[in-house]
Amino acid sequence: MEKLDSEGLKSQAIKSRKLILQMLEKAGNGHPGGSLSAIDIITTLYFNEMRLDPQKPTWEDRDRFILSKGHGVPALYATLGYRGYFDPQETMNLRQLDSPFQGHPDRVRLPAVEASTGSLGQGLSVAQGIALSARLDKKDFRVYCLIGDGETQEGQIWESVMSAGNYKLDNLCLFLDWNKYQIDGAVEDVMDLNPIPEKFKAFKWHVISINGHDVDQIQNALKEARDTKGKPTVIIADTVKGKGVSFMEVDNKWHGVSPNKEELEKAISEIEGGLK
Amino acid sequence: MKATRASFGEGLAELGREFENVVVLDADLSKSTQSAKFAKEFPERFFQMGIQEANMIGVAAGMSFSGKIPFLCSFGAFLTGRFDTIRVSVGYAEANVRLVGTHAGVGIGEDGTTQMALEDFACMRSIPGMAVLSPADDRETKAMLRYLMDHKGPAYIRLTRQAVPEVNKEGYRFELGKGVELKAGTKAVVFATGNQTGLSLEAANALESEGLDVAVVNIHSIKPFDSELVQKWANKVPFVFTAEDHNVVGGLGGVVAESMAESGASARLIRIGVNDVFGESGTPQSLYEKHGLDAKGIKARIKQVLS
Repeated sequence: MEKLDSEGLKSQAIKSRKLILQMLEKAGNGHPGGSLSAIDIITTLYFNEMRLDPQKPTWEDRDRFILSKGHGVPALYATLGYRGYFDPQETMNLRQLDSPFQGHPDRVRLPAVEASTGSLGQGLSVAQGIALSARLDKKDFRVYCLIGDGETQEGQIWESVMSAGNYKLDNLCLFLDWNKYQIDGAVEDVMDLNPIPEKFKAFKWHVISINGHDVDQIQNALKEARDTKGKPTVIIADTVKGKGVSFMEVDNKWHGVSPNKEELEKAISEIEGGLK
Repeated sequence: MKATRASFGEGLAELGREFENVVVLDADLSKSTQSAKFAKEFPERFFQMGIQEANMIGVAAGMSFSGKIPFLCSFGAFLTGRFDTIRVSVGYAEANVRLVGTHAGVGIGEDGTTQMALEDFACMRSIPGMAVLSPADDRETKAMLRYLMDHKGPAYIRLTRQAVPEVNKEGYRFELGKGVELKAGTKAVVFATGNQTGLSLEAANALESEGLDVAVVNIHSIKPFDSELVQKWANKVPFVFTAEDHNVVGGLGGVVAESMAESGASARLIRIGVNDVFGESGTPQSLYEKHGLDAKGIKARIKQVLS
């Protein structure tokens, strides 16, 4: 498959946004807000950046993506479906009994996902382990990981940030989905993370700050990360929780509530109208 | 006499020579866990993770996803403390990780409670798919390590700080989930694990000279567990003892209790171990005397019940 250009990425992200909301409506629960904030990043990774083959999900030279904020998994399922790992319509079984589309990623039931995550703070360590063994095996694949901003409050994140910096893992690239909200409110109020870039710099990371909904900025940042040697890169992606659906963007209740039929229709007509 | 952590250190280096996919991670305790031997011989495959057990566990899971067989080492108490990372990143993910927890039980002595693994069996065996192993001597530790090269899925191995005698004979073969009958007997049976196996054998031999024949079975696999063997003995002798340097809650005593209750056998169970209390500082010997975990204490308890 040809890599998608910026226009292609934008229309793919629109398709994925619709599917995310459809599967959540069908499931009756789940996390739209953090799925919509991350979808442009995940779309760009799978349709433009990563070396992969959907026919061979365990190909040993593939680039890896670890969704550490596991609750954003509808975004990953939609992307994997459209990318050809399975029929996108299968994701409508999200959160159903015996479904591979668990409420949080499960690598055993769905081998297209790289790690089982959902208990926050753990995915970056797994990504670091994959990056370390790539170096040991002299493999040139890259490892991508996405964490939430609320998740960044977890101690294990900082263990791994310290460790990956000291191991100079330049094959590791981390996205921080900085959507500024967590379940109990604004990240700033619950447990402020600021200043974020300075913390990563202090732990020997290369830091890039972008708009996480601008696919050109995402592509440029990924290129800069690839060209950065001797240290891991973190891309701090300024995002909007619920991006693309006006009533979700302004209300944090959409962290963990799925839309009903009426809300779904309204959301889809907005998304089809194009992103603001 | 050799500590099983020392046997582990030697066995691990042997595996390193034979298998290229063995990698080792340690969290600033490589001298204590004895992974240092491997580190010296294979520096490129040894990963010093600093005092970050949770990250070490996740990193090992990631390495296993790329075909490595990671042995990650720390004190058992510190690994147990990162239970959720073990549960999700390793257990739920079915990662081929070997968690090596040394410094089992009150037998470590002076360092006291915080360094003593006393709940590790209980925690680890509650994770689906996790093999929970506890070798009794040098021979068994090394055989177990070799077996773990073929084992699919995660495993926890519990090792002693203190030296233990050889209880298994030459030509010993490790079989996952199978108890090892070390001594026959008709009056009672002791199911023992780790360093308690040697001590239970010593106690049973002393009882033998007093005319009481008590059987001893070594349980090196807390999970998968040899229920069949326990049920066989529970139908054969009136008293079943367990001996472990672990909390009797959820440990070997707990496993045997579950198994016996389901067997319908009428034998009585007596659990020898740490009776749901924390440890404390003291010499290993004084702690074993206090908890009745030395050969003398085990012997006295058996005698008391049998008389």
